Amino acid sequence: MTEWTEKDPIVSIQDVHKYFGDLQVLKGVSLDVMKGEVVCIIGPSGSGKSTLIRCVNALNDIQGGTIKVRGIDLTDPNLDMLALRKRVGMVFQQYNLFPHKTAIENIMMAPMLVLKENEDEVRKLARELMRKVRLEDKEDAYPGELSGGQQQRVAIARSLAMSPDVMLFDEVTAALDPETVKEVLVTIKDLAQDGMTCILVTHEMGFAREVADHIYFTDHGVIVEHGPPSTFFSKAKDPRTKEFLSQIL
Amino acid sequence: MRDTMDLIADFFRELAADYPRWNFIWMYEPLQQGKVLSGIWMTIKLSIACLILSMIIGVLGAFAQGSRNVILRSIVQGYIQFFRNTPPYVQLLFFYFALGQFTPTYSPDGWLEMPIISNVGWAIISLSFFAGAFNVEIFRAGIEAVPESTREASESLGFSRGQTYRYVVLPLALRVSLPALNNNLVNLVKTTTQAFGIAVPELLYQSVTIWNDYPSALYPTMLLVFVVYIVLVGLLVMSMNRWESSMRIPGYGS
Ligand SMILES: Nc1ncnc2c1ncn2[C@@H]1O[C@H](COP(=O)(O)OP(=O)(O)OP(=O)(O)O)[C@@H](O)[C@H]1O
Ligand SMILES: [Mg+2]
Repeated sequence: MTEWTEKDPIVSIQDVHKYFGDLQVLKGVSLDVMKGEVVCIIGPSGSGKSTLIRCVNALNDIQGGTIKVRGIDLTDPNLDMLALRKRVGMVFQQYNLFPHKTAIENIMMAPMLVLKENEDEVRKLARELMRKVRLEDKEDAYPGELSGGQQQRVAIARSLAMSPDVMLFDEVTAALDPETVKEVLVTIKDLAQDGMTCILVTHEMGFAREVADHIYFTDHGVIVEHGPPSTFFSKAKDPRTKEFLSQIL
Repeated sequence: MRDTMDLIADFFRELAADYPRWNFIWMYEPLQQGKVLSGIWMTIKLSIACLILSMIIGVLGAFAQGSRNVILRSIVQGYIQFFRNTPPYVQLLFFYFALGQFTPTYSPDGWLEMPIISNVGWAIISLSFFAGAFNVEIFRAGIEAVPESTREASESLGFSRGQTYRYVVLPLALRVSLPALNNNLVNLVKTTTQAFGIAVPELLYQSVTIWNDYPSALYPTMLLVFVVYIVLVGLLVMSMNRWESSMRIPGYGS
């Protein structure tokens, strides 16, 4: 394995094929993300967006092609799963917090159990992260006592506690009501501005236009079209992209 | 103190003389009293041993059922089918009389041949496996109630399968399982009376010997058995409820 350097893509997806049984969901997807880049994936429902980003942290396996994260080859049969998961954080549409743990415990669990770090230091880090997502007064609240937007921000902090190199966001605002969408988007925008590499599946076009370095449009398991927001929204060529954008904008 | 005890004993002795059907013999005769007390103690020991063992079987069985090993899964499935679909009393007799024959013996004094597993031992094993079969199903239902997405969240944070199970799945599954577990454990405590069938000297066994010897003590002793079980099961239910409320999560579930 050649050593990964900052000049190489931090996430490199090459010609990925994915099947669920007989159903082919990804039909040769390629996509590179450089360190510090923010990439948005958009596309109609069922086009394979979730499947694609779940492949990046090996929640889904792939049947063809390669995925590398910072030089770690996910198709390697001896893949060190822990090494991968330390590098990649993921935030889900339904937050998926641990309901039996308080907000701060949710954040502290992984660094303590997985990284075996010292409790006092982890608590300090968790407090900092709570402040970063603007929830310093909710440390001891259980997820069931938080609003959707607050839960989602705890979930983001929980991922950040593992200090990942890449963050994956799968429609993280789709389950929120319009007023709380903004507070979560602001949190992600802060992250992006701090230089975190982000791959987002989103339906928030305004947000994508504002923060994305690159936008990919998927349909039926292929990338139909991609480009920086400046050209993507105004100069889409493919009729499928045009139709999708006309419906959503 | 001594005086009060004597007064009570005298009262029951007179009661038995006046009303021959109400001979609370174990209230004034030390030998019978000893039988009752040792019977209650044996029932408590049996119950506690079976409660603990059956829960261990339940957790391990439920974990095994989630394994990828088909053989392991079918062994657990076979175990559940056997113990759930046959009468616990027959299981007890089978363990004691059939399996008991094949267990090795030892000789403490060079004369007597003692089986390694006593009748008490067989009662604990048989009843624990019986209740354990239900506990496996109960815990499995609890585990299945934990959303796949919660498990994925913990895996994507780098938790191993074992850590996910121990720190996320089990604590949540246990909360879902408690009401059903409660029922099964209550049943288990009551089922310990069947150990009578292999001469385990628990409360029912002792009571029967008392009323066989003293037919006049039949009603009072039956009454005693009922009262003791009401109290024991009541205590169990109370502590289960306390456990349940200590695990309640603010803002989660009902
Ligand atoms: N675990 C699975 N088993 C079988 N089929 C699946 C599974 N997960 C997804 N699929 C199928 O794969 C296809 C792509 O699903 P995916 O969730 O990636 O779509 P998506 O682009 O994220 O859609 P949405 O915008 O609705 O979230 C769909 O046809 C879906 O039914
Ligand atoms: Mg999706």
